[in-house]
Amino acid sequence: MTNEEIKQSVSAIFPAVTYDETGEFLTILVEPAEFRSLMKALRSNAEFKFDFMFCLTCIDWKTHFMMVYHLLSRTHRHNIVVKSKLSDIKNPEIDTVCDIWETANFHEREVYDLFGVKFKNHPDMRRLLLDEDWDGHPLRKNYVDENMISL
Amino acid sequence: MKKVNIMADTQKLIFPAQLHETADGGIVVTKLDDIINWARSNSLWPLVFGTSCCAIEMMSAADAKYDWSRFGFEVARASPRQADLIIVAGTIVMKMAPVLKRLYDQMPDPKYVIAMGACTISGGPFFYNTYSVVKGVDHVIPVDVYVPGCPPRPEALLHSMITLQEKIKHETYFGKNKVAGK
Repeated sequence: MTNEEIKQSVSAIFPAVTYDETGEFLTILVEPAEFRSLMKALRSNAEFKFDFMFCLTCIDWKTHFMMVYHLLSRTHRHNIVVKSKLSDIKNPEIDTVCDIWETANFHEREVYDLFGVKFKNHPDMRRLLLDEDWDGHPLRKNYVDENMISL
Repeated sequence: MKKVNIMADTQKLIFPAQLHETADGGIVVTKLDDIINWARSNSLWPLVFGTSCCAIEMMSAADAKYDWSRFGFEVARASPRQADLIIVAGTIVMKMAPVLKRLYDQMPDPKYVIAMGACTISGGPFFYNTYSVVKGVDHVIPVDVYVPGCPPRPEALLHSMITLQEKIKHETYFGKNKVAGK
């Protein structure tokens, strides 16, 4: 499918989503409330069939967190980016997609580890890289480490 | 009785003793410190331990081209119980630090440490703006020889290991830290 066709098909099911085409990929911006049903549709609908998630990460914009998901379809040879804005800085939360794409399990644990975003209904929401007793989430812009020497 | 000194300064690998030839064989005269240090320094067994790119250079130093077994290092041990040298080759992160400390503690005395490369000396390229890297492995375990470089060439590592051998040759039997003649 071309980007235009994807936009039409997505908007037919989810009229609330918006798009951004300034980057390399077609980007779908979706509210966290609608996020999980959109992801399920992207994975299972025969016209989309995004069966491969090749990147899952998060960005700290200080005013909000932005979850970023890169998806690819091996059958249709098209790819997109799904972004979802988390406005709650103190306690950011979003639904898990690790039952939709198995790889998201560890990626979500990494994002939880480094950004402190909690994934609802994740089966094993523990830190992935840092020690379990680590204090804070180091990739947050407001992270303070007394031992860190800043240049 | 002919007296031959077979420990010349330029031939450190030669057995440190005097041979007194007699009609039915010979007598060897040496010092306890000399003979122990000779044995220890020429059979240093390194622990198989590498945490990043320095480890690749370390493996290269073990390979045929540089061949550290020429100096007695060839028996790399996978268990700290059997090793007496640990070459800290690569970045040590906070999560690795307790593991490294435990490995060092498990090694039997006398034991020696070589800090290989910028990361293990000071944190190196990760000195600034990092939350995860230990800024110098000597915060965790004591270091005998430091090798600068990022990564050091195998020649540099070999030089550091020979320097360590020189250091061991000046030890006394009772206590690693006592240096003979000082």
